[in-house]
Amino acid sequence: MSFLEALARARREGDLSEVVAAVPYMRAMGMEMRVDEEGVLGVLPFAEHHIGNYAIRAIHGGVLGALLESTAAITVLYTSESVHLPRIVNITVEYLRSAKAETTFARSRFTKQGRRVVSVRTVAWQGDAAKPVAAAQSHLLIG
Amino acid sequence: MSERDEAAAAKTAAAKTAAEKVAAEKAARAARIDQAFNRAVPYNAWLGLETVDVGEKGAGRLVLRLPFREELVGNPETGVLHGGVITAAMDATSGGSVFLALAEPLRIATLDLRIDYLRPAEAGRDVLCSAHCYRVSRQVAFTRGVAHHGDPGEPIAHAVGTFMIFRDAPSRMADALKSGRAGEGEP
Repeated sequence: MSFLEALARARREGDLSEVVAAVPYMRAMGMEMRVDEEGVLGVLPFAEHHIGNYAIRAIHGGVLGALLESTAAITVLYTSESVHLPRIVNITVEYLRSAKAETTFARSRFTKQGRRVVSVRTVAWQGDAAKPVAAAQSHLLIG
Repeated sequence: MSERDEAAAAKTAAAKTAAEKVAAEKAARAARIDQAFNRAVPYNAWLGLETVDVGEKGAGRLVLRLPFREELVGNPETGVLHGGVITAAMDATSGGSVFLALAEPLRIATLDLRIDYLRPAEAGRDVLCSAHCYRVSRQVAFTRGVAHHGDPGEPIAHAVGTFMIFRDAPSRMADALKSGRAGEGEP
């Protein structure tokens, strides 16, 4: 299935699995993008190679950054009419708590949606959504 | 040999020994970063990070190579690396530069990291990540860095980071960096 077909199907059926499968890095990381009533939910089931601090078994900051960025990009892609992945201009990641060796979730909210650029706030959490582990502010150009 | 020649020869020999000592210290530090940081940290190992340059002692400068591989591609249409991979590699390089700037092994944690993507990485090419920890205060370290394909004048991304320093908590990773015995007794 081509990326375009995967994207068309995702928008039609609310299933992003084929889109995620088409992105080698997201597949290698084991990332999932689920669609629920609130929109796109980024899910990263824990894998041993995500560890960044072996002493306290915490997830690498770069892994959280990648989840936040991917969730922002896929949310923009899914909600726009573009057939290309958005281009990320910049991202600022705040690390709020150490992330444990368990599943991490992420959700994006648009701070401002323009015609060409979207400002996105993305928050990542684990067991308790009220206790985010990381958050990011990013700007994406619609593809 | 005149007295003057002898003195000059001794001076040259001393300079050579000093230069050798500096080179040996640098090589040992590079080996420690490779072992305790690039290989012992699972995600750094998965990314395949390699040490390129550890700078002068205490300078807080680090250059790591991120070898290209298909698994790290973020855009299937262009074959370009995923932005998150650049973020992760810059996070690792920036954190490493903080370790190199600290006089003693201490635990650190990323507070925030901003990445500006200046131009797309080229498909199939390795990325060099260079970071400098230019200020260490009592509790916070400040870094800036750049990712490029070999010419820092044509950067792929700029990175600015801040890191918390825990002066009351010696780090096992930092200890490993100091002793070069990374991963000993680790899971």
